[in-house]
Amino acid sequence: MTDAGTGAATLLAVEGLEARHGLLPAVRGVSLAVAEGERLALVGANGAGKTTLLRAIAGAHPVTAGAIRFAGADVTRLPAHRRVGLGIALVPEGRRLFPDMTVVENLLVAGRHGRPGPWTVDAVLDAFPLLRPLRHRRAAALSGGEQQATAIGRALMTNPRLLLLDEVSLGLAPRAVDAVYESLAHLAGATVILVEQDLGRGLAIADRVVCLLEGRIVLEGAAAALSREQVTEAYFGLVPRAP
Amino acid sequence: MTAIETGRGRYAVQRGTRRSRRSLTAIAAGIVALAVAPFVLSSYAIDQLTELFLLALVAGMWNALAGYGGLISIGQQAFIGLGAYATIVLSHRGVPPYLAIVAAAVIGGVLAVPISLLVLRLRGGQFAIGTWVVAEVLALLIALDPSVGGGTGVSLTGLNVYPPADRQAYTYWLTLGFGVLLLGAIFALLRSSIGAGLQAIRDDEEAAASLGVRVYAGKRLLFVLASFGCAAAGALTLAKTLFIQPRSIFGLESTASMIFMVLVGGLGTFEGPLIGAIVFFAIQHWFADFGAWYLIGLGTTAVAFALFVPRGLWGWAEQRLHVQLFPVGHRLDVRAPDSDDRRSRPNADRSASRGRN
Amino acid sequence: MIWVSVVIQGVLLGAVYALFACGLSLMFGVMRIINLAHGDIAVVGAYLVWVVATRAGVSPFVAMVAVVPVMLVAGYGLHLALLRRSLAGGPLVPLLTTFGLAIVIQNVLQQVFSPDVRSLGAAAGRVTTASWRLTGELAISWFGIATLAMAVLLLGGLALFLRHTGLGREMRATAQDPDAAQLVGIDARAVYARATAVAVATAALAGAFLAIRSTFEPTSGPTQLIFAFEAVVIGGTGSLWGTLVGGIILGIAQTVGGHIDPQYSLLGGHLVFLAVLASPRSKTLAARTSRP
Repeated sequence: MTDAGTGAATLLAVEGLEARHGLLPAVRGVSLAVAEGERLALVGANGAGKTTLLRAIAGAHPVTAGAIRFAGADVTRLPAHRRVGLGIALVPEGRRLFPDMTVVENLLVAGRHGRPGPWTVDAVLDAFPLLRPLRHRRAAALSGGEQQATAIGRALMTNPRLLLLDEVSLGLAPRAVDAVYESLAHLAGATVILVEQDLGRGLAIADRVVCLLEGRIVLEGAAAALSREQVTEAYFGLVPRAP
Repeated sequence: MTAIETGRGRYAVQRGTRRSRRSLTAIAAGIVALAVAPFVLSSYAIDQLTELFLLALVAGMWNALAGYGGLISIGQQAFIGLGAYATIVLSHRGVPPYLAIVAAAVIGGVLAVPISLLVLRLRGGQFAIGTWVVAEVLALLIALDPSVGGGTGVSLTGLNVYPPADRQAYTYWLTLGFGVLLLGAIFALLRSSIGAGLQAIRDDEEAAASLGVRVYAGKRLLFVLASFGCAAAGALTLAKTLFIQPRSIFGLESTASMIFMVLVGGLGTFEGPLIGAIVFFAIQHWFADFGAWYLIGLGTTAVAFALFVPRGLWGWAEQRLHVQLFPVGHRLDVRAPDSDDRRSRPNADRSASRGRN
Repeated sequence: MIWVSVVIQGVLLGAVYALFACGLSLMFGVMRIINLAHGDIAVVGAYLVWVVATRAGVSPFVAMVAVVPVMLVAGYGLHLALLRRSLAGGPLVPLLTTFGLAIVIQNVLQQVFSPDVRSLGAAAGRVTTASWRLTGELAISWFGIATLAMAVLLLGGLALFLRHTGLGREMRATAQDPDAAQLVGIDARAVYARATAVAVATAALAGAFLAIRSTFEPTSGPTQLIFAFEAVVIGGTGSLWGTLVGGIILGIAQTVGGHIDPQYSLLGGHLVFLAVLASPRSKTLAARTSRP
């Protein structure tokens, strides 16, 4: 199955996905496709359903309707830890490192169940040089930027085919965010879905943009072809939605 | 009734439906009927009813703690024993026995305050075992005291002045009185704003605290109330059986029966403990002779209910039949703007489902 | 000099409590469950060792080697059959189901084995009665030292396992954040089942050691549960070495109390427990009562 636009194979296909928080619908009938090697920016206001969508793709959030297909296989009912073995890795909102474990231990524990591949503890420490001197420090004692680097490195240890990044710039100083995005540049060729509140950065790094509002997709298109104004209007729901 | 206007119709918040108001009247009538029972029924029946009331009382108390406060206690026997032994001590000092019983219950409630300062520092399973340790300590301390019979036990001789039939009736009335008082207090509590706060605590402590609900004070209130009730139950048990030993009155059997009754009846519902008490009473009657098998059956049933029927028999009935005998919640009455079409939906305040989405 | 003996006896007694507490501490640390049937599971272990020792005519120590693996499997199964579902029901359901389980176990044991009090001390032979004479008044039993060694080995071994092995890291990660753990490929259910398996196996070991040291009967479980719990709390939840220290402190509190007056032995332990609870620096509240 190939994506008509880029000619690359479709890695992830989400069809009519619905997910809830308790009784509250968070994701309503979302369908999208991500090609191998593509970078997708997922934007939207707080509560638009971005995190829920990412977590559903990763298997950490139950799905009430719809399907998720990864590399052709239906993974909708597959538990999260098994999806890691297939190549889906989520860097969760808020980093969520294991607080009483060191940087190296956080990396090692992720490496046990991933796919075979180039990412090892050394490779991660090379990609994020700021971590090397900190590698035996407890995760809870790291700064925000250091934690974010560790969290991304931890996801990389599973050698993912699809990397899901949820708000990596949240709570970080601008310099730290710069560093994070610089290291993301290392991952050229990786398939990434990136949730980002900072529109500028999101548009800059992504190939395609999807904007969510109240759980539905209200705008979709190539990052180069969309203007900031268009995205902003969709973000705030100022555009009449397509039927 | 508060009426709220919104674009989608009028919403009225009711405290009770017509059906529940009818049932409240019926219950009041029932209580009056029970009160005159000693003049009508045999002394055996009165004795059995007293036992049933005692079961309902302790079940209600345990449910108050666990179902509304989220506090699973396996140490309520501490207060049961305390109530019984306080009665003995007072009686030895010349206090008339029935007055001693009431005083003992109050003493139990008062002692619950400092004890709560200790055990409420714990949560979850730690709280459970902490309360158990308190019970063990009390049992050991009392067993060391020869003036209350030490390990061999002691009798409440003060009651011998009454002829047996009278004694049974007085004990019956006092039990009925305490039961109505305490369950009534819980009922009133639940209907009040404190009660709403308590149920919020049960469902999500952090969220409740963030809304300004005084979590700690709420739990302490429940703990003291439940302890008062259990102390009363202990004192009344003494009045009924006339003889107690530390080993039995401070034993885990009472907690085990409380847990069974509440799980089977319905944790977190008002009617549940009463149903559970009736069921347990019946089971005890028929099966207690089977010894170990009886207890195995009880344990297995309790586990099965905890896993598969979390809302108990009453919760199951409530869902199917949408009845509520005791209006402890708030119902949302939805009226469409154009018609008088009323569809009434009970809100989910009594949902005992924890962590279920 | 007599106090030295009392303290030493306390340390050796505490080693038994530490053995019991080991599994309780592990389950609480990893899963936040207090297994109210823990003591009764230990008693099951004691009975199994007794059965194997008497039927096969071997020493209880040999029997233990056979029983421990069986209990490992049984623990794994216990999690899958009962605890997993209990965890899904919320934080309070496991308390209720393990309480029910405790009652069922006690009464099944009573039915199968009769309420008679038994001991494995005789079957274990000389080792239980032999002792080292240090001075005129001071004697330390061999078995006491063996129990202490076992406790150190077990708790230390587990601590090392958790710190240095892959499975151990997984367990720690799952304990700290089960949601993040699943996102890095850890099967939380398997981790919990393993923790339960280890807890049950160590409980069985503890039960066997208790049976050799003194006596056991179907209703011995709850008492041991209380002591195990007190050891965990006194030592501070969240640390296996702390559990060892807690057990020893509890043992000493009991022997000191018992030395003042034999009726005060249990009370001594309980009072130390309550004192630790009441102290403002108590680690029980902060350490593991809320998720990060």
